[in-house]
Amino acid sequence: MIRFILIQNRAGKTRLAKWFVNFEDDEKQKLIEEVHAIVTVRDAKHTNFVEFRNFKIVYRRYAGLYFCICVDITDNNLAYLEAIHNFVEVLNEFFHNVCELDLVFNFYKVYSVVDEMFLAGEIRETSQIKVLKQLTTLTSLE
Amino acid sequence: MPNMRGDGMRGLAVFISDIRNCKSREAELRRINKELTNIRQRFRTDKTLDGYQKKKYVCKLLFIFLLGHDIDFGYMEAVNLLSSNKYTEKQIGYLFISVIMNNSTEMKQLIIQNIRNDLQSRNPIFINLALQCVANIGEKEMATAFTNDIPRLLISGDTIDPVKQSAALCLLRLHRTSSDALQMNTEWTGRIIHLLNDQHLGVATAAVSLIEALVKRNPEEYKGCVNLAVSRLSRIVTSSYTDFQDYTYYFVPAPWLCVKLLRVLQNYPPPDDPSIRSRLNECLDTILNKAQEPLKSKKVQHSNARNAVLFEAINLIIHMDCESTLLVRACNQLGQFLQNRETNLRYLALESMCLLATSEFSHDAVKKHQETSERDVSVRQRAVDLLYAMCDRSNAQDIVQEMLTYLETADYTIREEMVLKIAILGEKYAIDYKWYLDIMLKLIRIAGDFVSEEVIYDRAEKGKVWYRVIQVVVNRSDVQSYGAKIAFEALQALACHENMVKVTGYILGEYGNLIALDPRSIPMIQFELLHSKYHLCSPTTRCLLLSTYMKFVNLFPEIKQHIQEVLRHESNFRSSDVEIQQRSIEYLKLSEVCTPTVLATVLEVMPPYPEKVSPLLVRLKQKKPLMDGSLSGAGGDESTAAVDGLNHESTHTETHKTNEQLTSSHAINLNQHTVQQQQQNGLLVSLDNESSTDENNYSLASILSNSSAPITSNNFYKQSSLDQQQSSFYPKPNSVPSTLGSKKLLFKTSDVIFENDLLQIGAKLETQKNICRCELYFGNKTDINMTSFSPSLALTGELIQQAFILELRVDAEQIKSTIEPKTQTKQMLTIECLKEFRDIPKMNLSFFYSNVPQKLEFSFPLYINKFIEKVEMDSNNFFLRWKNLDKPGQECQKIFSAKNPIDHEDCSQKLIGFGWSNLVGIDVNTENFCGAGILHTTGQQIGCLYRLEPNKQTKMYRLSVRASKDTVATRLTELLEDQF
Repeated sequence: MIRFILIQNRAGKTRLAKWFVNFEDDEKQKLIEEVHAIVTVRDAKHTNFVEFRNFKIVYRRYAGLYFCICVDITDNNLAYLEAIHNFVEVLNEFFHNVCELDLVFNFYKVYSVVDEMFLAGEIRETSQIKVLKQLTTLTSLE
Repeated sequence: MPNMRGDGMRGLAVFISDIRNCKSREAELRRINKELTNIRQRFRTDKTLDGYQKKKYVCKLLFIFLLGHDIDFGYMEAVNLLSSNKYTEKQIGYLFISVIMNNSTEMKQLIIQNIRNDLQSRNPIFINLALQCVANIGEKEMATAFTNDIPRLLISGDTIDPVKQSAALCLLRLHRTSSDALQMNTEWTGRIIHLLNDQHLGVATAAVSLIEALVKRNPEEYKGCVNLAVSRLSRIVTSSYTDFQDYTYYFVPAPWLCVKLLRVLQNYPPPDDPSIRSRLNECLDTILNKAQEPLKSKKVQHSNARNAVLFEAINLIIHMDCESTLLVRACNQLGQFLQNRETNLRYLALESMCLLATSEFSHDAVKKHQETSERDVSVRQRAVDLLYAMCDRSNAQDIVQEMLTYLETADYTIREEMVLKIAILGEKYAIDYKWYLDIMLKLIRIAGDFVSEEVIYDRAEKGKVWYRVIQVVVNRSDVQSYGAKIAFEALQALACHENMVKVTGYILGEYGNLIALDPRSIPMIQFELLHSKYHLCSPTTRCLLLSTYMKFVNLFPEIKQHIQEVLRHESNFRSSDVEIQQRSIEYLKLSEVCTPTVLATVLEVMPPYPEKVSPLLVRLKQKKPLMDGSLSGAGGDESTAAVDGLNHESTHTETHKTNEQLTSSHAINLNQHTVQQQQQNGLLVSLDNESSTDENNYSLASILSNSSAPITSNNFYKQSSLDQQQSSFYPKPNSVPSTLGSKKLLFKTSDVIFENDLLQIGAKLETQKNICRCELYFGNKTDINMTSFSPSLALTGELIQQAFILELRVDAEQIKSTIEPKTQTKQMLTIECLKEFRDIPKMNLSFFYSNVPQKLEFSFPLYINKFIEKVEMDSNNFFLRWKNLDKPGQECQKIFSAKNPIDHEDCSQKLIGFGWSNLVGIDVNTENFCGAGILHTTGQQIGCLYRLEPNKQTKMYRLSVRASKDTVATRLTELLEDQF
């Protein structure tokens, strides 16, 4: 199960924090800092997985952004690694060549994208075509 | 300046740009405060705000919140947006409440009413928003409110697919957070299971997650999902990727759904139905075959997706652990991955291999792939795990050697764990002691230098390693000269860890004479070598070396002069360290006034440390007086009885032998025996009072002047209190038979604690703070009177010897001395816990049975946990306290495998039975346990916290205990580590 999804830039600025379990606000802040600290120091040749408290972080770097998913130790690493990529491709399509600023200015839309693809800490929809169709419908609405 | 992004809300985009352009934190804060004032003003005064404006302001508030500022208004406006009939306004409203208001109680009913309206609306987009909101918040009130609506949406034929997906996961969230409030109607079971068959793969994908959670809760009820999962899986893996246009990801058909299906199946044993089973095997076979096909794309996404499915299939194969061909294929596949260029794949392959190493079919195949040269630490860590997991008698020498070689270059972060693993393997598979010594000294040489003493448990573990080395040398006369030789050689290295100095110092002090004839290690060279390290060592090591020098005075009278010089030296004789000074003065005096014969007696070789007698032998001996030859028959507990049966012959004779040896050694070496006892006594004293030794130790000089007093070797080798130190590291020592069954009363407050053909003894405990009131019931099972019946509770080992720091005070009621046939006598005991204790008390019992005196001795299962009082606390409090207990010694962590199937309820009952609380909702993972307790002793209240993390897949537990006093955490962990 996914505990949270974080998108952070190298400097540690959070571009998305989606929590699937209830944490206290200061706990959230601590998690964000810890994840940033362990993920950014890793070499590109290292694995995309790193143990974190009693969970693990599956992450991938896209330009200056780190996409991190925190899952249970026994979860399938590669499935979540590709779930990240699937998500990034959807964002890319949806925002037409997504960049960091898109996520800043349209933060409320990013949440919609997440809700289409991940819900209750699980993968909800994996078809890019279906997700994008739904998002287009939503955008056309008032 | 960036373009005006965030189309739709210009004001929002302007505001975000402004914030981004702020040069300083102060400027940003000013801009935010200005905006907040503005919004507050608008909300308060402007009654004509339209939906768009409300949406914009609420969205700004949300942005400000996400920057890390508190938002304490605008809630009402956000909730108002929920009732808007425009999607964009509703969406912002829902987003606001799920991000900001998810914990607040404000307007809960109003929110729930709005959600209900949307759930019942005809607009699927609104229904979806409402479901997503419930799934994001997932609180109890919602579970209660929508316990019917959501399942209805899930299984109704009218619902459109995207709504079904959301409904399934919404239900899953509510199930996780508040399953008690959720009424799951069993009539829905079949319908839910059938979602696996849904035409829409997205629905199936969402539904599998829900089903897996329900399966975990009630496997029997959802058993039907196995067939459907197998057939769905089969349809996907056997089809071409072109069949699933929307759901094909880089030429892999529906990889995520496959992974989820394979995971559901890991909750069940292999299917009984042969046709389903063979279909499943075909699927797994196909997946393995596909892994051999050439890649359809060079993109990593393609191979990742394919391998995600493959690894999950391998997990399932390992889980089923019955198809040897599949297992071997899986293993070969993993072996291929070990050669792969992708770090990820090597890492995952090693991880899976660890699982596989425990499966009997694949053990040999795993062994082929021993490899540790890796760049990424985490991969190397996995490799070490694997080496450890696959070590057995046949390959132990190679593996330990390999791990040692690797340790020299290993990354800092994994060293401490490696040291421990090597030490364990070395001990476990030692075929001869020379090999063992080689390994251990090498270990100290390599790891001692690099691993910082600050690493918490490294210090403890490594410390134990060197204690253990000395113990082995002292007890094995056949390796003493070898030990002296290699320790001497090891110390010749330029840089030497202090632990190495200690080991060598100790060993040469005892057995230096054995290598003194070798011209390379004549006495003077030995002494100079040791003394060359002296000034670099800490005071404790110096003390030890002083004792070594003193022993040299006896072993090598020819270098006495040099040693006296050292003892007389300013830095020792007038050392600011009291202990060094005292030793120097006393040893010097000793060397001056004593005749060689007296010296030889005082400085005699240390007696062997008591060998650990196997718990089994202890048990047998306990039974002996009563059973007299009929060893195997009686009613001990099952596990022992079984072993008794197996080993009857050998153990029987062995017991006799041991007894004989014991008696003979008593007769001949009585003198030595007492020395040993006293020495132990002294060691224990010094252990507890390391800082203030001067008070508690007899001064040797005063003993000497008082020459009639027995001479003790009290001051020698203070730090080497082997028994106590090492017992937590190695399998349990003799003090307590540590089989599962014998830790009676650990979780219960009453039980039968002893039974044989004559007698049954029951105990009932009731503890309040540090006082335990115990009722003992002695039942005479025979037809004859038992007379002169006298039970007494004595304290064993460390408890009894430290007369001045008693751990327990026992106040026993007098009872009548005769127990009539088939009756019971009750005795009340009041036991006060004065100080935390380790060893459990011994019960001694003597009586006459048909004029034959009988004596019984057995362990009275009163463990320290009986003095724990549970404490309830909230999550903040818990973690605060947890963090505060971070000093060395305060934490103990053990990872151990499950003895029983992992069952949440069972664990929870045990933990509560243990005495401390089981706090629900503290750990984010609901499978884990946390709790707290206070250990009451007369002198002190010791706070104890624990965390128990079961891992169902690997069938392991990780137990972490923290306590405010040293050794308590370790003790509590020991008590629990074999109980789950």
